[in-house]
Amino acid sequence: MNNTVSLGCLTNGSFALVTELVAEGLTRRRLLDLGLVPGTKVEVIRRSPVGDPIAFGIRGAVIALRKEVANKVLVNPL
Amino acid sequence: MGLTSQSTGRSTTREIFNIKRNNNEPVIALAGNPNTGKSTLFNALTGLRQHTGNWPGKTVLRAEGSFIHNGRRYTLIDLPGTYSLLANSADEEVARDFICFAKPDATVVVVDATCLERNLNLVLQVMEITSKVIVCVNLIDEARRKKLRVDADKLSKKLGVPVITTAARSGEGLPRLMDVISDVVWGRLTPKPKLVRYTGEVEEAIARLEPKVRAAVGDGINARWVALRLLDGDTKLVQAMEKFLSEKEIVRVAQEVLA
Amino acid sequence: MSTEAALDSLMEEARSITGSSQSKVRDSIVNSIYQTAENIASDVVSCTSPKRTDWDRKIDNILTSRVWGFPIMFGVLAVVFWVTIAGANVPSSMLAAGLFWIEDRLTGFFMAMHAPAWFYGFLVLGVYRGLAWVVSVMLPPMAIFFSMFTLLEDLGYLPRVAFNLDRFFKKAGAHGKQALTMSMGFGCNAAGIIACRIIESPRERLIATLTNNFVPCNGRFPTLIALASIFVAGSVSLSFSSALATLAVAGLVAFGIAVTLFVSWTLSKTLLRGEPSSFTLELPPYRKPLVGQVLIRSVLDRTIFVLGRAVVIAAPAGGLVWILANTMVGDASVLSIVAGWLDPMARFMGLDGFILLAFILGLPANEIVFPILIMSYVSGGTLMELDSLADLRYLLVDQHGWTWLTALCTLVFSLCHWPCGTTLFTIQREQKNWRWTVLAALIPTTAGVVACIMLNNLVCALGLVY
Ligand SMILES: Nc1nc2c(ncn2[C@@H]2O[C@H](COP(=O)(O)OP(=O)(O)OP(=O)(O)O)[C@@H](O)[C@H]2O)c(=O)[nH]1
Ligand SMILES: [Mg+2]
Repeated sequence: MNNTVSLGCLTNGSFALVTELVAEGLTRRRLLDLGLVPGTKVEVIRRSPVGDPIAFGIRGAVIALRKEVANKVLVNPL
Repeated sequence: MGLTSQSTGRSTTREIFNIKRNNNEPVIALAGNPNTGKSTLFNALTGLRQHTGNWPGKTVLRAEGSFIHNGRRYTLIDLPGTYSLLANSADEEVARDFICFAKPDATVVVVDATCLERNLNLVLQVMEITSKVIVCVNLIDEARRKKLRVDADKLSKKLGVPVITTAARSGEGLPRLMDVISDVVWGRLTPKPKLVRYTGEVEEAIARLEPKVRAAVGDGINARWVALRLLDGDTKLVQAMEKFLSEKEIVRVAQEVLA
Repeated sequence: MSTEAALDSLMEEARSITGSSQSKVRDSIVNSIYQTAENIASDVVSCTSPKRTDWDRKIDNILTSRVWGFPIMFGVLAVVFWVTIAGANVPSSMLAAGLFWIEDRLTGFFMAMHAPAWFYGFLVLGVYRGLAWVVSVMLPPMAIFFSMFTLLEDLGYLPRVAFNLDRFFKKAGAHGKQALTMSMGFGCNAAGIIACRIIESPRERLIATLTNNFVPCNGRFPTLIALASIFVAGSVSLSFSSALATLAVAGLVAFGIAVTLFVSWTLSKTLLRGEPSSFTLELPPYRKPLVGQVLIRSVLDRTIFVLGRAVVIAAPAGGLVWILANTMVGDASVLSIVAGWLDPMARFMGLDGFILLAFILGLPANEIVFPILIMSYVSGGTLMELDSLADLRYLLVDQHGWTWLTALCTLVFSLCHWPCGTTLFTIQREQKNWRWTVLAALIPTTAGVVACIMLNNLVCALGLVY
């Protein structure tokens, strides 16, 4: 189970558990506020028509993140 | 006009926030995550027409209104939605500053019944600042449609604060909500929030800081909460605290208001 | 010790306690809170039926799909315009007929009273007409457009638009929520400016503020619609005309969006350089709007809003225009003299002096620009009944020599010129720096002047007109 990848790489429809945030400062705080703490289950729901941003299911809400931001969230795919 | 003796303490903070209210009207704040129906609830209670809309961020300014319950008038403040009290944007700052520094007589945290878990994050944070918290589980009609059941009594026991379920758009549960608001404001009901226990290290650090914080800022603001914010290094909040708590500023702002 | 110093030293102390692991402490705090929330929620929420169709997802599958996302977006926009254009015609001409019927009665009354000509002229031909024009030409499209828009907003479609478009804003160095502030700008640019508060990064918020005016607000829409209806649709049969006008207006709005992106990009490469900040956007569930309530409320809202502004702004402006048009210096009115001064510049931009003057006099509110123009045209020539688009066409084309190029340049300049007074005031209040306010006026004006000059000279050089 040590195949940590970044959230932005997962395909639509997959699930993953957050392991770590590599963002700093404001971005990190924002992500934490949205509930992306380690252990949180995230679903990759869809991509915008042009591929970016990506919408995730996080703790019951659908939240869109840009790819660079999503890549700062490290996850273990389920 | 100069400063009068009354313009200290609570009433001064109120002047900073420039609330148009009569002397003894209790002030109730509506807080909550974005798009949970705060403005809809505000409209339903006050009869005003704040703009509402189905997207997070519709309200960016504070709005003020009032409602009368059992012959008493209450001032109600509609705040912009915020995910947490560690504010990022200008609209969230409006909400944070009000909840933290304006000392409303009660804070109603409006939460979305269809994603309670995410919303409880803010409830737990607000409970750290003030004990006069009422949780309003809104959008209960939508939860019902999605076949979700929220056990309000159990939630109330777990949080230690009153919990009311409402559907603001149809008016369901609003009389109950007003009853509970007045109970909390007039002390007939004292919420006893069950605060989050942090890990050993953090709790230890809080224990070390809390007394010193209390000595520095007095009872005006919850010392445990300030200690926590110091620990997580929220410099923006410390700046805001300096702005709202330092006496120089209070005098300046009060003079501006009275001028 | 002052509170300030005490807090600073406490901050120091906190830092010494946490040491280098401060971010770990922060994470641990957030973690504990979410852990608690999770435990509580799992205890109090129960789901009585495990498998349900998730309609929101199904709708999103279409509305944000690779194939249908953009076509539907433009389709929705077009439908909104089409309903506005097709729906506004009848109430507009009814209001015009009613209001000008009242004008006739007023005229009769003033004649019977033997009121002095200047008094009658100022009150009826100036103040009352200004009011009547704004109400009859501007109000119906404004009310219809606003209702449609509020319905979309309540449905939850706006965040999807932001989701679809974010990539373009990212390329332009701007924030995806700018799409939301632009949407608010359709209702009113001042509201759009205030909505910019949802953008966290000051840099991106400023970009959104400075470019908001490229979205035609409610007060400019009726002008776009009227001109599009007269010039684009005037030449074809009636059943086609609304569809053609719709296309023209939609094209113009698309042009505005393109300019917004271009200017945002330029700003973020020059004056407002910086890293794009993090963008997070919640896509709320779709909700069924309370259609009846929304319709009644937005029509009422708009009516009160427009009537209020008509009394405060349009009526005095009407009076002013009448005075300018009837104060003679030599054998020309002040209005035509000033218009004459502006004329060379205006002609170079494909407009005429009166058009440019109307834009200048319309600074307080965009919805009075077109009415002022009509009034200044009418006051110079013979009076006539103007209660249909055909009459307007006659006034503009036959009496004042408009070509399709004049109309196009007027449309472009309406889209790209200084923001109205209220909007400028709001920008000043939000940004608290007059430099940005000035820039907010300069940027769109420059864009408009340049675009009009290029358009005019290009078309004339190609010999497509005259
Ligand atoms: N079905 C249902 N819809 C509701 C209820 N309360 C609010 N809504 C809808 O939820 C949406 C959001 O409501 P608002 O009152 O604007 O939410 P808000 O909390 O003020 O949002 P922000 O100002 O963005 O923080 C609107 O479309 C409302 O019509 C409710 O009890 N039931
Ligand atoms: Mg609101």
